[in-house]
Amino acid sequence: MKMEEMIDTYFRPGRLPHIWCPGCGNGIVTGCIVKAINKLDLQKDSVAVISGIGCSSRASGYLDFNTVHSAHGRALPVATGVKLADPGLNVIVVTGDGDASAIGGNHLIHAARRNIDMTVVLYNNNIYGMTGGQYSPLTPEHSKATTAPYGNVEKSFDIPTLVKAAGATFVARATTFHAPLLADLIAQGIAHKGFSLIEAITACPISFGRQNKLGGPGDMIKWQRDHGLQLAAYEKLGEEQRAGKFPIGVLYKAEGVKEYTEAYDELIVAAQGGK
Amino acid sequence: MKKELRLSGTGGQGLILAGIILAEAALLDGKLAIQSQSYGPEARGGSSKSEVIISDKAIHFPKVTKPNLLLAMSQEASKKYSEDLTAESILVTDSLFVQTLPAHSGKVYELPITHTAKEVLGKALFANIIALGAIVKLTGIVSEESLINAVLNRVPKGTEELNKKAIQLGMDLIK
Amino acid sequence: MSKILLLQGNQAVVEGAIAAGVKFFGGYPITPSTDVAESLAEQLPRVGGKFIQMEDEIASMGAIIGAALTGKKVMTATSGPGFSLKQELIGYACMAEIPLVIVNVQRVGPSTGQPTSPSQGDVMQARWGTHGDHWLIALTPASVSECFELTLRAYALSEKYRVPVILLMDEIIGHMREKIELPENYDEIPKVERKLPTCPPEEFKAYATDESLVPAMPPFGSGYRWHVTGLVHDETGFPKGTPAATLSATNRQHDKLYNNLDDIVEVENYAMEDAEYAIVAYGGAARAAYEAVDLARAGGMKVGLVRPITIWPFAEKQIKALASKVKHIMVHELNYGQYVLEVERVVKGAVPVTLFAKYDNDPATPDAILAEMKKAFK
Repeated sequence: MKMEEMIDTYFRPGRLPHIWCPGCGNGIVTGCIVKAINKLDLQKDSVAVISGIGCSSRASGYLDFNTVHSAHGRALPVATGVKLADPGLNVIVVTGDGDASAIGGNHLIHAARRNIDMTVVLYNNNIYGMTGGQYSPLTPEHSKATTAPYGNVEKSFDIPTLVKAAGATFVARATTFHAPLLADLIAQGIAHKGFSLIEAITACPISFGRQNKLGGPGDMIKWQRDHGLQLAAYEKLGEEQRAGKFPIGVLYKAEGVKEYTEAYDELIVAAQGGK
Repeated sequence: MKKELRLSGTGGQGLILAGIILAEAALLDGKLAIQSQSYGPEARGGSSKSEVIISDKAIHFPKVTKPNLLLAMSQEASKKYSEDLTAESILVTDSLFVQTLPAHSGKVYELPITHTAKEVLGKALFANIIALGAIVKLTGIVSEESLINAVLNRVPKGTEELNKKAIQLGMDLIK
Repeated sequence: MSKILLLQGNQAVVEGAIAAGVKFFGGYPITPSTDVAESLAEQLPRVGGKFIQMEDEIASMGAIIGAALTGKKVMTATSGPGFSLKQELIGYACMAEIPLVIVNVQRVGPSTGQPTSPSQGDVMQARWGTHGDHWLIALTPASVSECFELTLRAYALSEKYRVPVILLMDEIIGHMREKIELPENYDEIPKVERKLPTCPPEEFKAYATDESLVPAMPPFGSGYRWHVTGLVHDETGFPKGTPAATLSATNRQHDKLYNNLDDIVEVENYAMEDAEYAIVAYGGAARAAYEAVDLARAGGMKVGLVRPITIWPFAEKQIKALASKVKHIMVHELNYGQYVLEVERVVKGAVPVTLFAKYDNDPATPDAILAEMKKAFK
């Protein structure tokens, strides 16, 4: 399917153009989500897209599925309710770095811990974009933000390591430069039975790039190309060569871990006397 | 006729359950009953209070204000919950725990409740049921038959005979 | 066929939830409401329902919103501190018009306060706890039987008006046990179901309404793919923040309830026929008030009890009528004075309004209320 056709099929008529700035990578990530859904041939009625608050979370409104634009940080609890109440739905969570790892950080680790079947696409643009460039838990150390005018003194999370430790059973990362890979990873995440998270590195030229003199959108995408390495290539590097680089691809996958809604269905059978 | 009872002691003595059983026995007698409780943050130890009001007519206020009977199964409870006793109130204490009686002008029964549970039934946890036997014998607040049925409805399977014996032991404490 | 039981108020809420057809509970442990969660954890799977203990109070609220979107009847239960945490998403549920029921078994606050002691200190929080202009319904049971009945009614109202309903209990009613007569078979209880769209999906506008002002709500997965948002939205459900759209959305959310106050607001009158004086009390505090009225009547004082069962929306019409009937009104509540502010607002000085506030962990006894009435009603 060509992208034009995908837009007609999966985007809501009359809802575009989107609110994202020129050069923003969020459109690429959102495009990858619909490509993944298309690849898996999911029925639109069977898909629920649930987002929080922030630039990326606006994606839910553009997409022609069962959609929730919830509250800041709360996409995962709402998604948990949707999935547990109706396990037949394919649940995709759209969230940003601040939404998922700061205000929603507790929900993130607990959703991962339960291994509930849903796919989180975490749009990581390293900044709170919608509020104008404040630092998030994924803003690199020493980077500037409107609330870190002297440079960020905080360390940042490594999201894949965090959610893997919390219990996620499929963890991956890609960038908007590696868009075909990103779409493929999202498809793998949706097909995976359990909690999956794909970190999508996406450029915010206006609120992050400008403050940090990273150049234009093209420069920021080139940066993604030059710093994101396939996991196998990344692992071959020595400690010093890894500095500033990050691995992409499937970073972790666990098989045979009981999925939450399936475990709950077994509980129901047991509670009803095993009939 | 409205009767108000307060069962008090420490957490873990089963007094809340005793209150529930008494209230359920009253329902079996065709009367109305309310049970309420107060307790501290401790699951075991700490003061515990279970109140039961039994009446033929609608009971509105659920708390005991004019106790016809106070059961005190700890020294602290005997002091803490005896302030509103009147000359008409009956005070029942567990003699194993209450050495110093609170000031009370009415009738007092110092009964070896927990001692009997340990000595005769081998377990202190029957003390609440023994206490119920004694209270019912003393006051006739519910019928003996309803008390036995209410106890049997609430206790674990296999302990029915021991619990029936506990009720009888409690009744036997009142001469 | 019915059965007679000795039940706690919290357990009667659980029976009401099962009878109403609740199929999803998201909760977090907090005294004195935890019995509700514990009992539903046991009972819901038996009826094919789901129980989840979430990581916090906010998440439990989020989970029931999500479950409600799949067409399920949902519940959460909490107490003061947890109720505060839920307020963010209570506002969301008001804006997105999600039917759900929140049980708040009030305890002494603020903060940790006295977790096992009764209070009615969340009356104003129930009304104004979340941000922004919003309207919802709160019901206040005063007996174990009423816990069951009002849980059923909470679902009837919540589904009919697509609005969060708060079952505003207190520790007295939540924890006391009394006789309740329950139907043997809950299938015989009529259930209020959510309004579904009658148009085909391609014509569906998520927040378009008829004269009821209540939009239809199809479950996720039913073919009606709609958008749920906390942003101000127009009848399509998509964000629209123009002054006209904001005005229209706000007015409709108000009017869908306030055009129907006769259906929503319920007040009990006790010994009011020939009353010259009235005491206004609700929930656990009303229990002592009934008895105080009986005592006062026995002493020749013509006093009656007015007991709001629906505490929000405020019983404006009923209290106005009361002000033209009696010489003096006393409000008794287990807080420093909250509901009394509304009574005063409506009475507008037509008759004296006296407050008997009790906020020391213990409910007022009937004798104490009688003494206050003797002082006030001269």
